[in-house]
Amino acid sequence: MANATAHSGLHDAHDHKPPFFSRWFLSTNHKDIGTLYLLFAFCAGIIGAFLSFGIRMEMEEPGLQYFSSPGTYNVFVTGHGLIMVFFMVMPALIGGFGNWFVPLMIGAPDMAFPRMNNISFWLTVAGFFSLVCSLFVEGAPGASGAGTGWTVYPPLSTSGHPGPAVDFAIFALHLSGAGSILGAINFITTILNMRAPGMTLHKMPLFAWSMLVTAFLLLLSLPVLAGAITMLLTDRNFGTTFFDPAGGGDPVLYQHLFWFFGHPEVYIMILPAFGIVSHIISTFSRKPVFGYLAMAYAMVAIGVVGFVVWAHHMYTVGLSLQTQSYFVFATMVIAVPTGVKIFSWIATMWGGSIRFTAAMHWAVGFIFLFTVGGVTGVVLANSAVDKYLHDTYYVVAHFHYVLSLGAVFIIFAGIYYWFPKMTGHIIPEWAGKLHFWLAFIGANVLFFPMHFLGLAGMPRRYADYPEAFAGWHKVSTWGGHIFALGMVVFFIGVVLAFRSSKRAAANPWGEGATTLEWTLSSPPPFHQFETLPRIVDEPGHH
Amino acid sequence: MTDRNRATRKAGITAFACAGIAFGMIGLAFASVPLYNMFCKATGFDGTPRQGAAPVAAATDDSMLVRFDTNVAAGLPWRFQAESPQVSVNLGETKTVFFRVTNTGPAPSTGIATFNVQPGLMGGFFVKIECFCFNEQTLQPGETMDFPVVFYVDPAMRQDSNTAHLTEMTLSYTYFASKNGQPTAALATTGGTDKKSNF
Repeated sequence: MANATAHSGLHDAHDHKPPFFSRWFLSTNHKDIGTLYLLFAFCAGIIGAFLSFGIRMEMEEPGLQYFSSPGTYNVFVTGHGLIMVFFMVMPALIGGFGNWFVPLMIGAPDMAFPRMNNISFWLTVAGFFSLVCSLFVEGAPGASGAGTGWTVYPPLSTSGHPGPAVDFAIFALHLSGAGSILGAINFITTILNMRAPGMTLHKMPLFAWSMLVTAFLLLLSLPVLAGAITMLLTDRNFGTTFFDPAGGGDPVLYQHLFWFFGHPEVYIMILPAFGIVSHIISTFSRKPVFGYLAMAYAMVAIGVVGFVVWAHHMYTVGLSLQTQSYFVFATMVIAVPTGVKIFSWIATMWGGSIRFTAAMHWAVGFIFLFTVGGVTGVVLANSAVDKYLHDTYYVVAHFHYVLSLGAVFIIFAGIYYWFPKMTGHIIPEWAGKLHFWLAFIGANVLFFPMHFLGLAGMPRRYADYPEAFAGWHKVSTWGGHIFALGMVVFFIGVVLAFRSSKRAAANPWGEGATTLEWTLSSPPPFHQFETLPRIVDEPGHH
Repeated sequence: MTDRNRATRKAGITAFACAGIAFGMIGLAFASVPLYNMFCKATGFDGTPRQGAAPVAAATDDSMLVRFDTNVAAGLPWRFQAESPQVSVNLGETKTVFFRVTNTGPAPSTGIATFNVQPGLMGGFFVKIECFCFNEQTLQPGETMDFPVVFYVDPAMRQDSNTAHLTEMTLSYTYFASKNGQPTAALATTGGTDKKSNF
């Protein structure tokens, strides 16, 4: 990255903050909105985690222990999936870190549309409340909640759930989807128009690149989901038959539309993480990131190809061999730019002066775990193998390795990396490292056995199972407990950080941290860059 | 125009372009419904049988077993069956099969049948020349009707690597209460015997 000739930072005279209510409820400040998103993501994440705890408790032994019916179990599975995707990972990575650090990294005073930013946040919160409501109203006959899975496939979501729970869930997706689309427009406008003088796109930090690509993915894919679930809503309530064979509709069309959104969605969740991990690896190796341009365009390539692989989620609907061959090939092509990124992260570390801080632990752990998840992804890309593994725990293991261990690990990496910058306080390194080891061991014990369960034929979304699967399910539940213990360490670390009198310097990480946010004080002033920083090109300093 | 105004204007243009993309994608999502229907009809995708005129190629000795599957959705008091559960047809041979429908309910009712073939990949090679399922039917209480289906299996199926090995297939019908003809009480959407999702 290019260095800034720092004329920034000195705005203390203007640093008067609005009173509490206007500051946090009518907020138009990108840093405050970022903080709100992060707090919201953690609250939602805790609720999502409790739901997953219910799942793991139930699955510890065969038979029904805690749930009155398998339907209620599926309500927990659905709630867990929707909350974690739309109200935990996306708000944390995009709304939280994106709002905080995109303007700082590109040298902008704020986002392009600060008030629209506020609407995005509160739409997401409203969506979350709608989803929580859906848990408590009737869904399937005589039971509460939507047990449709996060995919909300018809006919289960139409004729299978006559109660209003699915309507609430659809409304939740509408609201948070509208919030995300507005957020995406804001990010694109900010990044394309408000970069500091001298910062060309090819000098822009990789996190800003990752947010730009993510915003385009959101802009192109979320409206398709909005369209599909609107059709679902009218099928349910207004007698249309988009997906109902009784009127000439086809439920498979819903699957095509859903996965045209759903596959880019998984990259929406992981690309911001790719951006963050690049900065952490570079900072703590004290080297500029290896292959900067290749890293940026690998993300663009992943985004583009991500739009033409959706049917690999639906190999079992009866596609012709030629269609399947295409989707197998296109899916595997994504492994190439992803491989470029993994290779470049390792090459960045190679020969670097590496410091194993807490954030670096999480970033390196991410590279390993994401690669494991990527490898099982290549296995599942094969249509012939997939027909055997479709809807088994192998798939569950795969997407938890890339999301729960990929995206979530980088959320924590980002917290440990940027916490001093965001708050001025310092989480003790020992807490971050202990949290990492508990999470790393816990998550592997939790999810690795699911590969074995899936290969042995254990299907997803079943509350009960034959005795033969009991052993690995038990191990898996223990892993969940270890991971939860790690969360306790995390909260202790945060409390200690705020109680300690130690304050973070403007750049606590030293010479490896080269992006613009480290030229500002910790925490940054309420308004920054009123005099825009100028980016000067330093040869060999990419 | 000041710099600040110019910057605001540029940002506005970007934002409107983005909003245009978003609305365009919503439009495409809805446009996909008729496009998908046209695509299925044109290619036989997902088990949609083709509709066409009499076969152009001569009948061959190569034969195929066609099974018939008949369903009635909940809410329609009809009995529905084929004259025989299966027939053997030579490829390219035009065949007529009758289906018998009886209204067992106390009131006149109107229904329309949806149709599908399995395996889905045979959709492009199963051609219907005439079918009762193209229109809706109204039956008086106790009335019984025989409806014909005229079809042939396209010999070109032997040239397609996806279907060349097949020796049997199923033609499936499901009668639904017609949305226009009947009171809504008969239209309970509890799909019951909807076999379409049974891939």
